[in-house]
Parts: sequence; structure tokens; C-alpha cells
Amino acid sequence: MTTTPDPAFAGRTYPAGPVHTVSAAKIGEFARATGSRSALHTDVDAARAAGHADVIAPPTFLVSLAQATEAQYIEDPTAGIDFTRVVHGEESFTLHRPVVAGDHLVPTLTVESIRAAGGHAMVATRVDLADEAGEDVASVRSMIVVRGD
Amino acid sequence: MTATPATPSTPAASASSSTPAPSSAAPLVLADLSIGQELARTQHEITRDTLVRYAGASGDFNPIHYNDTVATEAGLPGVIAHGMLTMGSAITGLLDALGDPTLVRAYSVRFTNPVPVPATGSVTLEVVAVVGALDESAGTARVDIAAQVDGTKVLGRARATIAPSAAAPSTVGQGAAA
Repeated sequence: MTTTPDPAFAGRTYPAGPVHTVSAAKIGEFARATGSRSALHTDVDAARAAGHADVIAPPTFLVSLAQATEAQYIEDPTAGIDFTRVVHGEESFTLHRPVVAGDHLVPTLTVESIRAAGGHAMVATRVDLADEAGEDVASVRSMIVVRGD
Repeated sequence: MTATPATPSTPAASASSSTPAPSSAAPLVLADLSIGQELARTQHEITRDTLVRYAGASGDFNPIHYNDTVATEAGLPGVIAHGMLTMGSAITGLLDALGDPTLVRAYSVRFTNPVPVPATGSVTLEVVAVVGALDESAGTARVDIAAQVDGTKVLGRARATIAPSAAAPSTVGQGAAA
């Protein structure tokens, strides 16, 4: 069975949340997995000496929270996305301030666009992350390509 | 993953500013950057172990990143690296040069080719980070990142926006750098 992404989802913004608490242990794992060797990822004393409240996240760390947030759209059967046909096309991070362990982040998902291109569909999503006071922390944009036949 | 630290930067044609070799001991200073200056050159060995570690760290357990049968049935040459592993690894040389990873304010890539990873042995991701543009009023620089495996470009338009100090930390408050 072949499904194609339903263009009616474009422009949809999902309800914010749930609140995610950034974990020092996950920061350390992610830094090690990507080879980011700065002590600021793993040594809280070094991070505090550099002026941060706790260990700081590598630049692409928020991808995990972003992808978990995108799942409410991607995995919605009515969205028409066949995940076995998905290829990751682009990814983009905008970081308004450092992300530190202990941050409480509120993600909000928006489906920015759904476009047909050469038999494929290009789906762009954005996850905006704010703190609990509503201040912008970061935005993560992702573009996936859903291959046609 | 192992990464080879950057060698000292290629001296760029800069009239008056000195060009210190970037290292975590001597963080980059915006006034010392010039367009075309190489900030980092690194090599990253990627093995199946690397993929398993990244899967656990990121929570991305798509089986095309560890199961050859699933990968082949999906039309791939075999198990491939997570694009986000390539993206996350490709910026680490720049992070070392910056000293403080939080100086990265934006980072974007296109995934242009998959990175097949053999069941045994490794593939080598080769990365070069070069200053592409300077915005002195914003206090930022754009860094262009080239990433390839066996001569094939695996990231396209990979760009980071960095906001280094205007002057070295030890001289803050003592006047701007030349």
C-alpha cells in the first residue's frame, strides 16, 4: 500500500508540551557518541567556571527532543507518511541561548510545508523550544523526503 | 568515535591581525578571523559500534542503522550512519577550536549522500571548517563545513553561525583586540 503525505496538515501547529527536563547524563552520552570532547559537556565544575548553571548541551543535542515531538505528526496514520520511505533531507538548529542540564523545555511542533517534488514529497517541520517562562530557547527545523514509487 | 585534532590554521591573507592557532586553550576571537581561514580539519572513524552508541544516546533506533537486512530491503547499500551522527560529528572540530561549544548559534546541513558503515572495520569522515563570512555588526561569523567520505560529499550547505568573543577572555575590559 502506498500512502502520500496529506497536504492538509501543512501549517498545522500542535499543542505545546509536554515539558522536558534536560538530563546531564543524556548530554554526556550524546557528547561522547558524537565525539564532542569539551569538558563543559561532562564536568559541572568546568561548566560553572565558564558561567553556565550546569553542563551544556552539544549544538545538535535537541534533535532527540525534536524528533520525539515530531512523532505526534509523523506517526499519525492520517498524516499519510510511510516511514519506510522516509529519507532525512535537511536539519537546522537555531540556538538562542545555551541549553543546560536541568532546563525545563516546552516543545511546540509546526508542520511548515508539504510539497510534491519529482514524485516525492518534501515535508518540513519546525519544533520551537521555550522555557517555562515562555522565553525562546531554540528552534529545530527538519525536512524529510517521502519517496514516491 | 575518535577525532584527530585540528592542525594549526592555515594562515589567511590578513593585513594586520595575528592568526593564533585555535585550541581550547586559546579560544577564537572574532577580530582575528578572516574569510577563507581554516578553523578545523578533522577525521572521524565511524564503526558499527559508533552507530550503536549514537542510537542509544539519541534514542534513534531505526534499524537501517544496525540491521543489514532491513537496510538492504529499504533499498540502501547496507547499514548507514544516522545523518544526525554525521551532522553532530562534523562540527566537533569547530567546537574544539572555539573552546566553548555554546558559541555556536546556528547549524544547518543538507544530507546529500548516505554513509554506509561496514559490519567490521570503519569508514572515515573527513571534515574541514572554513570561515565563509563575517558579520562584525552582529558579532558573528559563518563557518562553512565540508564533510566527505571516500571523496564523496555527505553533507551539503553545512554552515554554522558562531559568536566568538570580540577579544580574548583575558583581555576583556582592557580594550578591543586589534
